[in-house]
Amino acid sequence: MRSNRLRYVTQSVAKILIWIAALSTIAVMILILFQILREGLPILRLSFFTQSPKSMGREGGILTPIIGTVALTVVAIIVATPLGVGTAVFLREYTRESRISRVIRFGTDCLAGVPSIIFGLFGFVFFVIYLNMGWSILSGGLTLAAMILPTIICTTEEAIKAIPYSFREVSYSLGGTKWQTVTRAILPNALPGIFTGIILSVGRSIGETAAIILTAGSSLVMPTSLFSPIRTMAVHFYILAREGISMEMAYGTGAALILLVLFVNTIANGLLNRYIRHRS
Amino acid sequence: MESQGLHFYYGAFQALKDINLVIKARQITALIGPSGCGKSTFLRTLNRLNDLIPHTRVQGTVRLEGEDIYQPGMDVVSLRQRVGMVFQRPNPFPKSIFENVAFGPRVLGVHSKVEIEEKVEQSLKAAALWPEVSDLLHKDALGLALGQQQRLCIARVLAVEPEVILMDEPCSALDPLATLKIEELMQELKKNYTIVIVTHNMQQAARASDWTGFFLLGELLEYGVTGDIFTRPKDSRTENYITGRYG
Repeated sequence: MRSNRLRYVTQSVAKILIWIAALSTIAVMILILFQILREGLPILRLSFFTQSPKSMGREGGILTPIIGTVALTVVAIIVATPLGVGTAVFLREYTRESRISRVIRFGTDCLAGVPSIIFGLFGFVFFVIYLNMGWSILSGGLTLAAMILPTIICTTEEAIKAIPYSFREVSYSLGGTKWQTVTRAILPNALPGIFTGIILSVGRSIGETAAIILTAGSSLVMPTSLFSPIRTMAVHFYILAREGISMEMAYGTGAALILLVLFVNTIANGLLNRYIRHRS
Repeated sequence: MESQGLHFYYGAFQALKDINLVIKARQITALIGPSGCGKSTFLRTLNRLNDLIPHTRVQGTVRLEGEDIYQPGMDVVSLRQRVGMVFQRPNPFPKSIFENVAFGPRVLGVHSKVEIEEKVEQSLKAAALWPEVSDLLHKDALGLALGQQQRLCIARVLAVEPEVILMDEPCSALDPLATLKIEELMQELKKNYTIVIVTHNMQQAARASDWTGFFLLGELLEYGVTGDIFTRPKDSRTENYITGRYG
């Protein structure tokens, strides 16, 4: 047996290390936010949000990139959510562990690890060229959808897995069909988990650049349809900084991007809490 | 209901051997026996809930009103509505009391608000829960005491108008007072429903049931009127079990 003194020293050291880990994480986060917001916030005026960029983004605002970001994200979520939730329900409820389910799961796991530029290349070859959709909101949105699909499948599966087996038994024992069991006993209780997956996916869509430049282009012209090319805020930021057009505007865009993410997360959390309260 | 030559397998393991048992309508049948003897498995063959478990196999017949429920083409969904089930642990959905009871009728396609409200009130009254919850219908069901939750689960079953109610150790998570309430409720329910209850509690079987079956190692050793089983068991193993010498 070790002496008590040693055990107590170990415990104090562990406590200090854990505190250091937590504090460094917070420090890095604050440092990044501080840097971007310090440079960016002074740029943010109402006109920055309501005007389109002028002279390559040196002047004017970021209205078109905002629209681009929102449009691509919306397309991606609308396409990926039903596919992802459907796949997860299939894997969890409609098939037992089998070769098919293992192949699908292996496939999604691989998909999750593929770098986004590869998705971009696929989207460019398949949507942009082969399906002749060109650089467009649709091409970019579908590419993003493929990218976030694994996240939605995985979080939905986890959420379904966490639901007590008894919910299924009860639903069946009351004369529920499989579909009724899925839609009434399982999905409503898995919704908070599914929602988390969607929020993560929104974050990933908003922040993506490489795949989007290849599939949606980087046009600053106001889009008129799903087939118009578009530039997102992240791409705008990248081009402004990379090509030395205007660091000032780049930081402004970065700050706006951070605010957008905060805004989306706050709204989503609010909706989720309301849903949970409403149900009980 | 009755079972004839019923065998049940989990993979290669035979959990039930040649069970022949006639369950009398509008009576309470208790199934007793040590853990792992097959009594819960038997209960779950009666509403085919074992179908959900992979690698299981059934031989023999189970009849409900003369109809073999394992025949090909059997409508399992409506079978489960006719043969309701109350589980070991109270398991209300994390919804309101009202929505828990309304779940069954809604699943069965009742849409009219008035009809559902009537059904909910009726079922809660029949489960002797109405006076306690009539003001809390839209409160979270998980806020109820365990005994109340279990009666809520009974109300939820009653709402789909079953013919038979299967109870799988419904009182094992409850205190003696809550247990007593469920037993009183069973006496009330037996006027309209056939009840089969699995229990580990000898006294419960003795005082609450009309018929008792004793299971051991997957076999039905003895089955008869409860009074006879507990006072004049034919098999020495039954006697050993009910007198507490093992199990």
